[in-house]
Amino acid sequence: MAKYAFFLGCIAPLRYPGVEKSTRVVCEKLGIELVDLEDASCCPAPGVIKSFSKESWLAAAARNLALAERQGLPIVTICNGCYGSLFEAAHELNHHPDVLAKANKYLELIGMKYNGTTKVYHFAEVLYREVGAEKIKSMVAKPLEYGVATFYGCHFLKPSDIKKLDDPENPHILDDLVEATGAKSLPRKQKTLCCGAGGGLKAAFGDVAKEFTKTNLENIKASGAQFIVDVCPFCHLQFDSVQGELGYKIPVLHLSQLYGIAFGMDEKELGLSAHITPVEL
Amino acid sequence: MCFQCGTCTAGCPSGRRTSYRVRKLMRLAQLGQKDEIVGSEELWECSTCYTCVERCPRAVPIVDIIVALRNIAVSEKHIYDNHKKTAQNLYKLGHTVPNNDKIKALRKDLGLPENPPTVMANKKAMDEVVTLLKASGFDKIVE
Repeated sequence: MAKYAFFLGCIAPLRYPGVEKSTRVVCEKLGIELVDLEDASCCPAPGVIKSFSKESWLAAAARNLALAERQGLPIVTICNGCYGSLFEAAHELNHHPDVLAKANKYLELIGMKYNGTTKVYHFAEVLYREVGAEKIKSMVAKPLEYGVATFYGCHFLKPSDIKKLDDPENPHILDDLVEATGAKSLPRKQKTLCCGAGGGLKAAFGDVAKEFTKTNLENIKASGAQFIVDVCPFCHLQFDSVQGELGYKIPVLHLSQLYGIAFGMDEKELGLSAHITPVEL
Repeated sequence: MCFQCGTCTAGCPSGRRTSYRVRKLMRLAQLGQKDEIVGSEELWECSTCYTCVERCPRAVPIVDIIVALRNIAVSEKHIYDNHKKTAQNLYKLGHTVPNNDKIKALRKDLGLPENPPTVMANKKAMDEVVTLLKASGFDKIVE
């Protein structure tokens, strides 16, 4: 059975705990064992914390990677931000001995050491590559008849030269994963346009971030989608929280929640009450 | 090295909505115009979506450069209040957002512990994070 250190991050457990719960249930059903990465911190966030101090970002990320190394497990994340930070930190630390030595100078202060062996995966990547669409199809209790808009976000696939998961301009992984449930992924304009929240933009210039989201919502509405399906709690938060004031009400589901529905999870366990834009299944 | 073709600016979703011009920022950086860069709003209008990086014909690591420029700006005390709050959350909680009563109740309903099993549930682990942040100079950012 595949086994991973489950990295929670911030927005999923502290704003949308239903995403955390759905991930736990879905993974169990798929035979993926999740071991909590206890004592982990924020990844730390790639757009904000890394922008303030790359040195602090790398030190804290190295600690998270070292915790997983101690468990002897690869990390799985349910957030593009966590994936971006931890994947990129691991990429630097695992391939550059000088960077690793520098990080270990900090870790020494807390009696820890990182040897540069932890691998980092995204939840959707594990589903696509390790579980596969065929097994997922066989687990679907009741095929979903939704038309949905898939939302990849930015840091799942990009920068593609190191992530090597899919074509960043014309991706298909998430569409395939969604369609394995019976739902239909509907085509739309500017499918890979950023939600607007990343890079500290939401915090510093929220109105600019909303302009990104608005264009996305216009395109999603024109596609006729009933739901937005994302793989990042921060994109999820952005779409969920700002669309009311922009005059839209297209409910947002994290991929784990869509799978929860398809696998017959009790609706109460999806944590939909945390959503600002009401979700009716 | 950047040869100012402008592919970055042409595809930039932020540039379409603001006065931010990636090409200009890269040129200013090449020319060492630090003062013009560190105090500018545009430096913080990038959402780090990597569209420019994917399309750059010269493989310039544009987002890495923006992050480096932002690090310089922050070290010279150019930081927005909301960004400082996020940094303070990390320094205080080990997470960028706090927990609250509504979330705790929902977590309990879902059969999850009120606080996630992270630094939030272990003071010793939180102290470790503060030690790392302090040693790497983060305390000067949050003060």
